[in-house]
Amino acid sequence: MNWIHLALKSLWNRRVTALLTLLMVSVSVCLLLSVDRVRTDTRSSFGNTLSGTDLLIGSRTGSLNLLLYSVFRIGNATNNISWQSYQELKNHKDVKWTIPISLGDSHKGYRVVGTNESYLQHYQYGRQHGLKLQQGVWFADVFEVVLGAEVARQLNYQLGDAVVIAHGTGSTSFEQHDDRPFKVVGILAPTGTPVDKSLHIPLEGITVLHVDWQSGVKRQGKTTSVDDTLSLDLTPDSITAFLVGMNSRLKAFGFQRQVNEFRKEPLMAVIPGAALQELWQLIGIAENALMAVSVMVIVTGLIGMVTVIISSLNERRREIAIFRALGAKRNTLLGLLMVESGFYGLAGLVTGYGLHVLLMGIANSHVQNRYGIELTIGWPNESMMVILSSFLVTTVILGLLPGYRAYRQSLSDGLSANV
Amino acid sequence: MQNMASDDALKVRDLRFSWDTQTADILNIKNLDIPMGRSLFIHGPSGSGKSTLLNLLSGVLSVQHGSIQLLGKEFSSLRAAKRDKLRADHIGYIFQQFNLLPYLSVLDNVTLPTKISTQRRQGKARHARALTEEAEHWLAQLQVPRSVFSQPVSRLSVGQQQRVAAARALIGSPEIIIADEPTSALDQQNIDNFMTVLTQQCRSIGSSLLFVSHDMQLAGFFDATYDLHPSTPGEQE
Repeated sequence: MNWIHLALKSLWNRRVTALLTLLMVSVSVCLLLSVDRVRTDTRSSFGNTLSGTDLLIGSRTGSLNLLLYSVFRIGNATNNISWQSYQELKNHKDVKWTIPISLGDSHKGYRVVGTNESYLQHYQYGRQHGLKLQQGVWFADVFEVVLGAEVARQLNYQLGDAVVIAHGTGSTSFEQHDDRPFKVVGILAPTGTPVDKSLHIPLEGITVLHVDWQSGVKRQGKTTSVDDTLSLDLTPDSITAFLVGMNSRLKAFGFQRQVNEFRKEPLMAVIPGAALQELWQLIGIAENALMAVSVMVIVTGLIGMVTVIISSLNERRREIAIFRALGAKRNTLLGLLMVESGFYGLAGLVTGYGLHVLLMGIANSHVQNRYGIELTIGWPNESMMVILSSFLVTTVILGLLPGYRAYRQSLSDGLSANV
Repeated sequence: MQNMASDDALKVRDLRFSWDTQTADILNIKNLDIPMGRSLFIHGPSGSGKSTLLNLLSGVLSVQHGSIQLLGKEFSSLRAAKRDKLRADHIGYIFQQFNLLPYLSVLDNVTLPTKISTQRRQGKARHARALTEEAEHWLAQLQVPRSVFSQPVSRLSVGQQQRVAAARALIGSPEIIIADEPTSALDQQNIDNFMTVLTQQCRSIGSSLLFVSHDMQLAGFFDATYDLHPSTPGEQE
């Protein structure tokens, strides 16, 4: 219809204001889309990190804390598990497999995980995906390291490269274990989990790193040569945590109780799903707050849009008088302004979506590196589609407000107003 | 009241109007007829209620008392939307100034009425012509130079703008042209020129011209004159 064309031309005539209004609407749409996307991506990222593991066991702490440091490599353990306790629990009749994990060192900001070959055999993520080596082999010797996919990619390491591991977990740790470099023997296939950001070395390797170190400080004037070191007993004194697979899932509860009542040291066992649930509850509060804020921003955007249109009516009295003289009815004016507000809605959705995609694209690598969450780009899900369509309908309906105002104004101005 | 002769473009009977019931009528017209194809000069100094009259005649305002007939049909009692439709179909309107939409070219401004009214698109006088062609015809008739046809209206002089507005009023050959002091912003030479072409062209398509001005000197261009007195009830033509 020609009125649509006319309404858009008129809008183009006011393009600076229109552009800023459009920007306001699209930023609010972008915020809503992005918050929702980050929310679902966070959930799926956390939910996909671990599968097939029945219990997580570590020293006594909060179950969420145990989950975060042992699986997501977020935060640090408060205490370790002694090697004896580990051996005792590992040999329990109901336990099928365990993956020991020893944390506390890093390489250029990436966590170093001391473990053994059951990590490769039993660790599962997503829907029961096992780990696969993309290149090389799993470590077989003390000074060998297997890199997560992202570590290799970001730091551009190849098989055979030497890697120096630092004490502590900062990315610029001063305490480099530079006397004992590790050789890259394998690189894991990407998983989209914190495994990608880890360097895996043998438990014995962790022990070796800390020979001559006491309480996190290198002992002055004492250096043990590499050969001498290797001749020492490299059985670790302790590990940070371990993952457990049971012979039968039903046994998990019984074993969990046994671990929690373990006499020799304070330990705790948590079911990953339960700990994750705790995480959802925690995140849920933040999520809801963020969603509430973005809905408020949408509402603010809509109010702003109506304000801009209404305040533009005064300078458009001439235009409206001309339309009226040409025979524009009340419904024509309503339609004109609904086209205008609907245009803001539609264009706001399109550009808001574009902005959102751009934002996700830019933020992705940073968020991936920093938090291990992969931001995805895709069409909004069904419930978001419903929200977006009602947003669009609302913008069109809101055009009625300035529309009625324009009509009333045109009645009082009449045709001969010299405005 | 009497039998409706359909040879009147507009017929006004006992028209009274006041903005609220307490105050005196600002308009009181017993009889006013504009025959088809004739031109009428309405002399109205400021405060004589001429704006109100024009808004009533063009159907923007609702009639409170009395009646207006448009082309032999009762007009004033129709619903607002109906009157709007009749205005689009049968009335070409020229404002005092600022007639044109700044974001449309000269040609697009002229063809505007034909986009709103089917009747004016089919225009009885030159139905065979394409719209642009008809717009160009009217612009040429009103002596608007061809070089400005596709230019933005801001490039035009005031005189040219008023002639473009006249072309817009004439396109599609509506039965009635209403002009509200269209010459007030023009200099004397432009006024004469404008008046000549406007009255000529209205005559050529048989449209009635209703022209309001306070400038009595223009009365000579018209078939008849009506004096609109400021709030003096009972004093008519």
